[in-house]
Amino acid sequence: MQRIGVFVCHCGSNIAATVDVEKVVEYAKLEPGVVHAEDYQYMCSEAGQMKIAEAVKDKNLTGIVVCSCSPRMHETTFRNAAKRAGINPYMVEIANIREHCSWIHKDIEEGTEKAVILARAAIAKVNLNAPLEPGESRVTKRALVIGGGIAGIQTALDIADAGYEVDIVEKTPSIGGRMSQLDKTFPTLDCSACILTPKMVEAAAHEKVNIYTYSEVDKVSGFVGDFTVDIKKKARSVDMDKCTGCGVCSEKCPMKKTPSEFNRGLENRSAIYTPFAQAIPNVPVIDRENCIMFKTGKCGVCSKVCQAGAIDYEQQDEIITENYGAIVVATGFDTIKLDDFDEYAYNQSKDVITSLELERVMNAAGPTKGHLERLSDGKAPKEIVFIQCVGSRDVTCRGKEYCSKICCMYTAKHAMLIRDKYPDVNVTVFYIDVRTPGKNFDEFYRRAVEEYQVNYIKGQVGKVMPQADGKLLVQGVDLLDNRQILKEADMVVLATAIEPEAGVRKIATMLTASIDTNDFLTEAHPKLRPVESPTAGVFLSGVCQGPKDIPETVAQAGAAAVKAIGLLAKDKLMTNPCTAKADELLCNGCSTCANVCPYGAITYEEKEINDHGIRENRRVAAVNTALCQGCGACTVTCPSGAMDLQGFSNRQILAEVDAICR
Amino acid sequence: MSIENKEFKPKIVAFCCNWCSYAGADLAGSSRLAYPADVKIIRVPCSCRVNPMFVLRAFEKGADGVILCGCHPGDCHYTTGNYYTRRRMSLLFSMLDFIGVENGRTRVEWVSAAEGVKFSTTMNDFAKKIHSLGENVRLGDIRCKN
Repeated sequence: MQRIGVFVCHCGSNIAATVDVEKVVEYAKLEPGVVHAEDYQYMCSEAGQMKIAEAVKDKNLTGIVVCSCSPRMHETTFRNAAKRAGINPYMVEIANIREHCSWIHKDIEEGTEKAVILARAAIAKVNLNAPLEPGESRVTKRALVIGGGIAGIQTALDIADAGYEVDIVEKTPSIGGRMSQLDKTFPTLDCSACILTPKMVEAAAHEKVNIYTYSEVDKVSGFVGDFTVDIKKKARSVDMDKCTGCGVCSEKCPMKKTPSEFNRGLENRSAIYTPFAQAIPNVPVIDRENCIMFKTGKCGVCSKVCQAGAIDYEQQDEIITENYGAIVVATGFDTIKLDDFDEYAYNQSKDVITSLELERVMNAAGPTKGHLERLSDGKAPKEIVFIQCVGSRDVTCRGKEYCSKICCMYTAKHAMLIRDKYPDVNVTVFYIDVRTPGKNFDEFYRRAVEEYQVNYIKGQVGKVMPQADGKLLVQGVDLLDNRQILKEADMVVLATAIEPEAGVRKIATMLTASIDTNDFLTEAHPKLRPVESPTAGVFLSGVCQGPKDIPETVAQAGAAAVKAIGLLAKDKLMTNPCTAKADELLCNGCSTCANVCPYGAITYEEKEINDHGIRENRRVAAVNTALCQGCGACTVTCPSGAMDLQGFSNRQILAEVDAICR
Repeated sequence: MSIENKEFKPKIVAFCCNWCSYAGADLAGSSRLAYPADVKIIRVPCSCRVNPMFVLRAFEKGADGVILCGCHPGDCHYTTGNYYTRRRMSLLFSMLDFIGVENGRTRVEWVSAAEGVKFSTTMNDFAKKIHSLGENVRLGDIRCKN
């Protein structure tokens, strides 16, 4: 029989306001096995933990129930406290009477009754707990970074600088990501390429960094400290070792009708291409879908003009299998599709563009060589209207509920740059709110208004109407003046909402990392563990976790790197001892459990079994505790009921069911 | 003779997987999204840990409804666990329906760690359904009754 101590936390008034903690103590004392029960203001505090230690000593406790916040919050705290007090940490159970009780119920009677029942269930479970010892697993001292934008590059560099090998997997032909498409960056107006390309070069030159471009993660198995990842290196059709990056192939390629991804479709590229001049690696790829050679078998111009003989039409996709201790996701973002936003006439007029397209228009390497001009007729615009929150803060199903965070600032940047370079151009910004928290951000926005006389109008735009003369009629509302506005513009720029890059869901599934309804990866704790995924060994860097600007992305990339380094620096990891265990007397060696195990943790061995005095050789299941992750699939599938999960055993869960339904 | 008009307080057992739904329930809690106190949550590592035996036991012991919550299909922390749950429970639930425990009393829902709102609305909806169905009398161990 266990000797159980029950500790009920007030959590200040968080619990005590809707749960009569004294009553919980009183009822807990009546439960079998309970030899001690008390309540305290803050159980997680030093003094609270002392109380537990004292009770363990005085009452000779063998099990502990803490009625407090979620086990996801403080289970580790109390397990460690138990360990210090001399009890096995797995003899602790938490009754979640805060998140699952006091915070959601208003009536004190109702809250108390439920808290008593939850405590009862935890006590019933602890009565059946057994001490467990964690095992050890090794750590592969190599990290994988998925995504080669500024987030991925920064994370990789930080990890590599700490002395660990890092691989970057980037799906496009070059690293650089969205930042490489930007012209200038706020709030300093640095040239984006000038600050990014040195980092790209540094990553490529770093002896600990290995870059796989035009590659994707194909398969992930394993777990924290020891992931096995298949990387699919797509056929580039160009031999990376032979290519000198001269660019003649792209120049001579007769197929120049593919919209350039890098220039957001504003310009065409050849079928063999490097996305941009500073691409790393500076080796082109053949886009097989658009290449005449691959479509018809007749062309081969690039091969003929290549002095180095680097063109290889026969190249195949390659699968590279590598082991990693940590994985960082840095997959970034894209802008949303505007097909459902007909009112802005984005698909009707070439002069309605997104802000990312404007970045390309204003960039010297862009489709207009950096000249601000209308894409329809090449004329210089005189009147430009910016529309904020296109698809952001939009509760209809076509948009995104969240604020994309970067648009207010980049629009101020665009407005300022345009007014600076073309003082005769009028710039109007329609906004819902101007949100500029951040160092030197509001000052930056005020400069746009005060120094550059950008006309900010609080109100939304209802419709953009292309006119016969090529102008755009913008119909909006000025909320502060309470009047309708009809404005003629030459160009309209849409601050389009951002969303996670399309492939992220697939990656999250492979990593078993959780994802929210907007496809942003979920962090382990929104405040305290912002760069870790709930899946151990998976870290989050950049916009894949939520909208961010460049300074924040770089900061988070560094934070993710530190977390990964912290993991890689360990030689061994403690494994979760809540693993499956076969009862050899019951097991008949049928293999059903091995078939459902996602980790291949179950093997079979021939073993002499002493079945109530009868000794015989039998085939029985054996669980490799280093591989078992403790999901429990095998326990349910086992037809003879031989498989059980330690820490969540059949008897423990049934005891909880009984306690709740009593 | 008067008919005793006792308020029906259903017993609802919710099995929640540790990685998604339990966290979703925590989020519902920290967001103060109320649902009836009749719902009591049992934490399991994965929804696939829920043995049909547990569900039967709950009904036998007087539960009026049992709900299982796990990660969305494809998002299981253990890759495939919730697929087993889905198959096992659809079999179990149809069998339970056959023996008189109506389908409304059993449910499988996918709730992610970010879906506090979904957790709360699901539980409110389920509790409402159980209220409308009334007490479970089919599987309850009659020896337990007064």
